[in-house]
Amino acid sequence: MAHRGARCHRSLISSQRSSESGQLLTGLPGTLGRMTPRAAPNSAPTIEAHGLTKHYGSERKGMVHALAGLDLVAPAGKVTAILGPNGAGKTTFVKAVATLLRPDAGSLTVAGIDAIAHPEQVRRVIGLAGQNAAVEPALTGRENLVMVARLFGHTAPAAKAAAAAVLAEIHLEDDADRPVKGYSGGMRRRLDLGASLVGSPRILLLDEPTTGLDPRTRIELWESIRSLVAGGTDVMLTTQYLEEADQLADHIVIIDHGRAIATGTPTELKSQAGRDVVEVRVQHGHDLATVAEMLAPLGTETPHLDEPARRVAVPVAEGTASLAVAVRLISERGIELDDIGLRRPTLDEVFLALTGTGAPE
Amino acid sequence: MSRNAGMLATIHPPAHPPTVWATATTYAGRTVRQFVRTPQLLIVNAVTSTMFLLIFRFVFGGAIQTGPVKYVDFLIPALAAVSGLFSTGAVGVAEDADTGMFDRMRSLPVPRAAVLLGRAIADTALITWGTFVTLVVGFIVGFRVHGGVLGALAGLGLCVLFAASFAWLQIFLGLIAGSAQAAQGIGFSVFPLIFVSSAYVPVESMPGWLQPFAENQPVTAMVGSVRALVLGGDTEALLGHTTSWFVVRSLAWSALILVLFATLSTRKFTKL
Repeated sequence: MAHRGARCHRSLISSQRSSESGQLLTGLPGTLGRMTPRAAPNSAPTIEAHGLTKHYGSERKGMVHALAGLDLVAPAGKVTAILGPNGAGKTTFVKAVATLLRPDAGSLTVAGIDAIAHPEQVRRVIGLAGQNAAVEPALTGRENLVMVARLFGHTAPAAKAAAAAVLAEIHLEDDADRPVKGYSGGMRRRLDLGASLVGSPRILLLDEPTTGLDPRTRIELWESIRSLVAGGTDVMLTTQYLEEADQLADHIVIIDHGRAIATGTPTELKSQAGRDVVEVRVQHGHDLATVAEMLAPLGTETPHLDEPARRVAVPVAEGTASLAVAVRLISERGIELDDIGLRRPTLDEVFLALTGTGAPE
Repeated sequence: MSRNAGMLATIHPPAHPPTVWATATTYAGRTVRQFVRTPQLLIVNAVTSTMFLLIFRFVFGGAIQTGPVKYVDFLIPALAAVSGLFSTGAVGVAEDADTGMFDRMRSLPVPRAAVLLGRAIADTALITWGTFVTLVVGFIVGFRVHGGVLGALAGLGLCVLFAASFAWLQIFLGLIAGSAQAAQGIGFSVFPLIFVSSAYVPVESMPGWLQPFAENQPVTAMVGSVRALVLGGDTEALLGHTTSWFVVRSLAWSALILVLFATLSTRKFTKL
């Protein structure tokens, strides 16, 4: 939780980030005293979409409804995560916000600017880090950042200074003057993240920032994102991972088939959609039904059986307490287990809870 | 953490978006550096064109009749004029689309048309570099200028203009290709234009039904103008037309290609 505290030092608005756990912050003691209020002229949402629609293809060849009337609000001063499976419309939405495509219908405002009528104004306040690290392998890290800084409109000296500041921020100073072709995947992503920052944008758009990274590199990138957020930039990121949204965001919008299906803080969504799951793997397949029967009264839903894996999973309301009961019941009956534990719901289970169907794909 | 946040806070948003010129030169600079620092690009390009040159000079050349003009003098001006058709510009453009580089560019507050302008400037420079390599190798294997210094300079000027036209053609092919591999394939589609022209053989040696196309297509006009300027008036008889006939036609073709593909590419790139 250390990072959440670190994030708070900038503003009253971002201090609400720590209110995920429930209490509303109207006046916090202590640490808030030294916070400088952030430039947030009004509390108008960072990004606001209503009825946003985008189709690909044609009637005859079959339409893909990438966005099917998306309603979405990313509040100012917060990190908003757009969570959804592949094909849910996440990237299409990011592209619409980044003015890379024009929606067919609906309204979209970014930092108070009508993105459909004035895309060129939107480009002055956003920084985009797309799915594939769009950095030039033949250039050094520093050259990449200077190039993007120039393209944001910086003069040559200002571009150099901005590149140096960002390199310090993303901890790439030691490798700054090496060609990017020798960078690891994680370093490239960090550089890409940095490139979106050299223009000092008000809003950072990160499209699946950690997809394809190994777990350790992912955690490193999370750290980078968190420290950037501490600088006071509003962030909208997309992800397929519930855990990532949970780790980074204050506000989560779950989308599916181009529509928002749930919105809230991580805590709200977890209580609403995904309860903790008690998962049991039995040693002998014939015990499976017995265990499922025993767990049923603890669960908020019917236990889910996976026969080939000899596994029973059931969402529970009480978390650790339910686990303790389950352990006691099973050991009293002397059933032999391979494994028993409490785990967070997967995205698939959240979808199951929210839509009644599993995550597509 | 606060130290870092402080460092970022030292960056202020730029007051103005970049100008057309700043955008174009920034992107051109990146593209040229990419080329120069990627040995595969640098060497493959030079080796391919040199190989073609040597094969035609020493293998096919002996069997091709060019009358009073030595074949090497016939060949080199033509290769210099069409180096843009051998360039890998389309592949580079398709790669920039593939890797997300264009998405980044288009998300920045740049005049979008200036991005392609920068690409065109860089590609023109790189094609001109290829022309230079061709001329150097050409001189080594016996090519000589016969039309005086002014003629040679005029011929070189035309080569640069053709390079710019072909750079825009390559940009367009790269934009419609969809992937780098496809761009490579589409790049080959211009080969009939090169070979069914007077670039390697006199048009009269082709079958009658092919001659009208070969005679009237842009490459023949371009090749003819550079040849006539570099080799001097004596070769007009061999080429079948006066120098000015070729020059006027080649300028018209080149302007048409440039304007057409610059317009199509820019429309495709700037469209939302």
